[in-house]
Formats: sequence, structure tokens, C-alpha cells
Amino acid sequence: MSASAEATVLITHAVGLHARPSVKFTKLAKTFAAEVEVAVAANGPWFDAKSIVKVMAAKAPKGTLLHIRAKGDGASKAVAALVDLVQRDFDEDADHARSA
Amino acid sequence: MRVEGIPASPGYAEGPLFDLDQPTASYKAKASAEEEQAALVSAIGKAVGRLAALIETADGDAAGILEFHIAMLEDDALSGPALAAIGSGQPADAAWRAALDGEIAGYEASDQDYFRARAADLRDIRDQVLRALSEEGGVAAPPGAILYGEDIAPTRFLETDWSEGGGIALKRGSTASHVAMLARSRGVPMVVGLDAPAAPIAGDALLDAEHGAIIFSPSPAETEAFRQSASVFADRLGAAKTFLTAPAVTKAGTAVRVLVNIAYPSDVEGIQIETCDGVGLMRTEFLFGKTLPDEETQYHAYRKVLEWAGGKPVTIRTVDAGGDKPVQGFTVEETNPFLGLRGIRLSLARLDIFRVQIRALLRAAIHGNLRVMFPMIATPEEYAQAAALFAQEQAALAAQGVAHRLPPLGIMVEVPSVALAPEDFADVAFFSIGSNDLTQYVMAAARDNAAVAHLNSVRQPAVLRLIAAVAAFGLEKGIPVSLCGDAGGDPAAIPALLEAGLRDLSVAPAQLAMAKAAIADAAV
Repeated sequence: MSASAEATVLITHAVGLHARPSVKFTKLAKTFAAEVEVAVAANGPWFDAKSIVKVMAAKAPKGTLLHIRAKGDGASKAVAALVDLVQRDFDEDADHARSA
Repeated sequence: MRVEGIPASPGYAEGPLFDLDQPTASYKAKASAEEEQAALVSAIGKAVGRLAALIETADGDAAGILEFHIAMLEDDALSGPALAAIGSGQPADAAWRAALDGEIAGYEASDQDYFRARAADLRDIRDQVLRALSEEGGVAAPPGAILYGEDIAPTRFLETDWSEGGGIALKRGSTASHVAMLARSRGVPMVVGLDAPAAPIAGDALLDAEHGAIIFSPSPAETEAFRQSASVFADRLGAAKTFLTAPAVTKAGTAVRVLVNIAYPSDVEGIQIETCDGVGLMRTEFLFGKTLPDEETQYHAYRKVLEWAGGKPVTIRTVDAGGDKPVQGFTVEETNPFLGLRGIRLSLARLDIFRVQIRALLRAAIHGNLRVMFPMIATPEEYAQAAALFAQEQAALAAQGVAHRLPPLGIMVEVPSVALAPEDFADVAFFSIGSNDLTQYVMAAARDNAAVAHLNSVRQPAVLRLIAAVAAFGLEKGIPVSLCGDAGGDPAAIPALLEAGLRDLSVAPAQLAMAKAAIADAAV
């Protein structure tokens, strides 16, 4: 069985896919068995979404249309969850309120 | 060869000796690429361990940065190129530096300020690992080893992987040291004050931390006998565990409340709240570590423990720095620190620092059943001054409209002047007997000196008489009295403490089961 899924999502968070969001993004990606990749352009290059070193290297600022694709078990679930995280601004505002 | 010592944390360990005293030097090249790779992996692991320990006391933003550093260090994509370079002949330090410098250059080349600024994080990550590599030559104690030497640093304890057993055997050291406390709370066997030869010893050893001894190069007969004792001890511990979940009751049906002592907010993660009656002592000096924590850091640390405890009481002690617990920028150098500016004396001398802690406590109080106590109180005036500071800060918070609550304020009974004249302190909300310091001050026997360990016992009649007097005074005046020293978790001392009238004992988490079992066996 080789399911696959792909989606794009706009990064609306103030400084983009930066350090703390990347931690959350890769941690979430790692919870899925599927192979997950991200890119800042439709034609790549594609980066391993489970590696924070690679995700940070994508250097995606605010306003980037982030491409997410997954292959294998739970591929569509993985893409949906990651898109949701980006759309929620990585829960950053809520966190900030808690620590204030 | 069997060498006697003093048990500091009960248990048995069998394994290879690891020399704690090997000199630390700059990074030394290893014999093979495999060893170089192992050294790098171990140094990365050590850097991650240090960061994880730091996170415990960091607030939101700082914790976020540390989490990012850990996530980067744990990513194979970062170490992969360095490990490959080692495979083709480079030493670990040069390979790591080159790999990270490549990453750093990538960030510096970014056209966005935010990503350019991350180069500093990468440099930090690079240097943490380089430090870890050179400090110990990249050698960590193998899992299950017995750490053996003169003394041990708390960071070394925290960095060691205890998941596969192991223990600590020290020629000096103390049963009251921070490491001894950590060892008891994590259940790591530890013996101190070993009368061992000065020359280094290697090979396998047997550590009997129930009776206090180590056997170097054991014979098959010694190993056989050791394993039998270890298995009996394990059975007893297993049997004690059956007492863990039930409230403590003596043979005669007397209920005893058993609480836990904790040092770090994270300590509560390994404890089931159902197994204890709350926190009898939360130390705060560890929070102070090497730097002074701000109000937010303290507030979050206290709140975490209060929320974990639900409605059960949590007694937090204001910072007890000084004595054997120096804090940079706070404590002072003294020739006789145990009789000097420590505990409440230091807090009252450094009001700028004390007020920060008071505000954090007042704010945290709304999140649970908080009680606050002051260490090293010797006179009623000290208590009155500390209580007045709480009232002042409470008024200030009220004026600013900040949510807060004034918790009950009590005192430690550890200076003999309080134990001898408790009637002078009739307006405190509660007494908590600090048996470690009370014993050392009554017996004039230092806690950290193995040579006078026989004098430093709570079961000395004079110490027990003082404890009984405080318990009787509390009963008469309706002032709760508890005990939070190491004696509370010592099965040999528990009958005498109950006999003295105590019904509230606070113990190290690892001693909960044994303490409850000892209570169940008491005739009181």
C-alpha cells in the first residue's frame, strides 16, 4: 500500500517557519509513519520534514506558500495535521499568553 | 578486598568501576575512527543532557530556545556529515567544527535578519559539544558502572545514565550532600567515606549500599553472597511497594501522614500524587543554581508543583542558600558557613532578592494549597520581619491588581534556640523540624564530615528529647508539627520519631514505600 498526499499552506506567522515553530513542526511530523517532505517551491528542492536541520534550512519566511507532501502509511493524515498546525500559527500566540 | 564506608542511599550495584578522578584535559585524539565517532556521539548526548536540565528552570522564551537547541543536536542530519568526516580520518573535534561551520555559513548568508540571527544559536550548539568533547576526553561512564573516586559533582550525577543500574562509591563525600539527596530520590545506591587505598583501582566491584561497603575484585563466593543479599533487599523493596498506594497506618492503628521532599520542579514527574499526602518540603536553592532566577521562573516552578499536587498541601521553603549550598552573587565567603549568613539571615540581608521570591510565592499561591516556611529561624524577630515582608508585597500586588493569596507562614525548627523555647514562636502557622541541621547543631557534629558520622544521629537522646518537646508544644497550642529531614525516611529512626509524638513525616520520593512499611510495623 503506498498512499500519498500533497497540500500547500500559507505561512502567516510573523517570522515564518522559525526555530520554535520548526521544533513543533518536526515533532508532529515524526508522529507519522509516512515519509513527509516540505518545499518552498512546487518544483522543490524537497526537505525531510522530520529533520529540524533540514526544515530550518528551507528558511521559509512569512508569506511563503509552503508545500507539504507525504508518502506511505497515514500520508493524508500527516499532511492534514501539518497544514492545520501552520494554519494555527503553530499555537505560538497561545503559548506566549501562557508564559506572559 | 572489602572496604567499609557509610551508606548514603540504600541498594546494591554490581559492575565495572569508573574512575571519577581521571584528570580532565583538552581533547585527546582517539586510537580509531570508531572511538572518535563514539566520543562525538557521547559529547552530543552530554550537551543535550545539560540543556534538558537547564530547561527545568527556564521560563517560556528561554525554554523555547533550549528546546530548539536540543532538537537540532538530536537531529542526525547535523551529526551525519561530522561522523562521515571522522570515518575518512578526521578527529572528532575538527570534524564537528567543520560540519557546524558549514551550517553556520548557510545561516549567515540568509537575506533575512531572523535566519541570519540563528547563526549565533548554531555557534552556541557547536561550542557546547566542543566543550563536552574536551572536558572528559569524551568518555562517559558506561551504563551500569560504579562511579568511584574522591567526590562527585551534581552535574556528573545528572549526566549519568542510571537506567541500567550502577552506583556511587566515594572516599570522601557526605550522606547530606546534594548528590546523596539526588541519589536517594532516584534510588541510586551510594556509599560515602570509604577507607580505600589512594591508588586508583580498576575492574569489577560489588557495592553494598545497604550496609555501606564495597568489594573490589570479588571472589566467586563473595559475588554469590552479595547477589543473595541484593535479592533479599529487592524482595523487601518489592514487599514495601504494596504499602505505597495505601495511607500509612501503624500496627496500633495510628494514622501517619507521609509527604515527599523535592528539590526540582521536575521531581514530581516520577511521583504518583496518590502515593503521598503532599509535599512536605520543596527546596528552592537548586532553582537558584548558578544564577539568580527571576520572578517568572520562580512563579512557574512553584505553580507546576502546586498544580501537580491538586489540593494536597505543598510546603515551599524560602531559599536556604549558604552553609554547604553557595549561590554565586548571593552567598558570602565565610570561614564557618554553617554558623554564618545562611537561610533566613541571608534573605533578610538581601531584601532585593528575597522580595522577588516572596512575590513569586504570593502569585503562585492561588494555584493550590501552598504553605511557606522560613529556614534557619533563630529568634521571633526574624519570623516577624519575614512575615512583614510578605504583608508588604501582598499589599503591593493588591494595589497593582495582580492575582495572589497570602499562604500560611511557618518556620523550620533546626536552630536549637527554637526547639528549646518554642513558646516564643506561638504565632507561627506551623513548625517543620529540619532534623539534619538540628542534629548537627545539637551534637556539634558536621553533616559533611564522615569522621563524626556516629555523633550525627537523630536518635541521640538529646535530639529526640527536643523533637518530643516541640511536638508536645504544637499539640497543646494546635500548631501543626512535621519533620522533613532525612531521618523521616530512615526505617531505623521512624519508630523513635513516632514515639516522640510526630505524625507528619516528609521523605525522599524513593523512600516513600520503605517509610510506609516501617510505619506499618511501628507499635505506636
